[in-house]
Amino acid sequence: MTRIWALAGILAALLAGTAMAAPPAALLPSLEAQARQQDPAFAGFSAERGGRFFTEKHGAKWSCASCHTPDPRSDGRHAATGRRIAALAPVANPQRLTDPAKVDKWFRRNCRDVLARECSAAEKGDVITYLLSLQ
Amino acid sequence: MSIKKSLIPALLSGISTVYFGTAAAEQERFTVNHAGWQTECGSCHVAYPPQLLPAASWDRIFATLNDHFGSDASLDPAAAAGLLSYAQANAGRATAPAPLRITETRWFRHEHDEVSAATWQREAIGSPANCVACHRAADSGDFSERGIRIPR
Repeated sequence: MTRIWALAGILAALLAGTAMAAPPAALLPSLEAQARQQDPAFAGFSAERGGRFFTEKHGAKWSCASCHTPDPRSDGRHAATGRRIAALAPVANPQRLTDPAKVDKWFRRNCRDVLARECSAAEKGDVITYLLSLQ
Repeated sequence: MSIKKSLIPALLSGISTVYFGTAAAEQERFTVNHAGWQTECGSCHVAYPPQLLPAASWDRIFATLNDHFGSDASLDPAAAAGLLSYAQANAGRATAPAPLRITETRWFRHEHDEVSAATWQREAIGSPANCVACHRAADSGDFSERGIRIPR
């Protein structure tokens, strides 16, 4: 009996795990809705704009590329500590952008480092679209 | 190396263990058996063993995570509270003042006094925070002399 419950537990954990991991593109609809709310003239995300945003500096010491390198398909390196950072582009690292809480956490932190503010929904959507466009 | 010469460090470390117990300065292997500590701290730097700083230092670090040595490392409050209690339960011996950086502790400076400024700046090292550049097994808490290889 105990064994059956243990198996049921494992199964439930597996199902929960599957439910939590979503394809990266699933992040976009809610960002799109937010972007429209923040700017009525919003006309869709742009991979090209996201790529520029990723490599340019925004008034602070670092850009996204300072740690993630100008090619997010490569492993990066933390600009302060030298720690290896696994590649950001899903094509190189399929686990990326599959955990919405993790995506939120890192946008919050890194936008404050790079822009000294939180990113707008449009900026986040552009960057995600850019990362997904990389093959 | 003669047997006698190789025995001396072993004997010395045995003696220091007897005299100083588990004080961080003499310990070279740490167990970091907390998955959250490994992922949260370990994504930007080695998940430094909590034994390497006193509890008061961890208090200060967790109170200022939104400006963590120049980076925003903020956590949601529940996650932060869990990690802080793990740090406090495993913290090192209290010192005054309680430093924010492991590299500011007296034992760190003592252990690394033979490393030149030029060595720290080598491309493959970059910063004294990058333990794993030389302590190849630092990610598993192993800082023993045997695991050291200083990159050129």
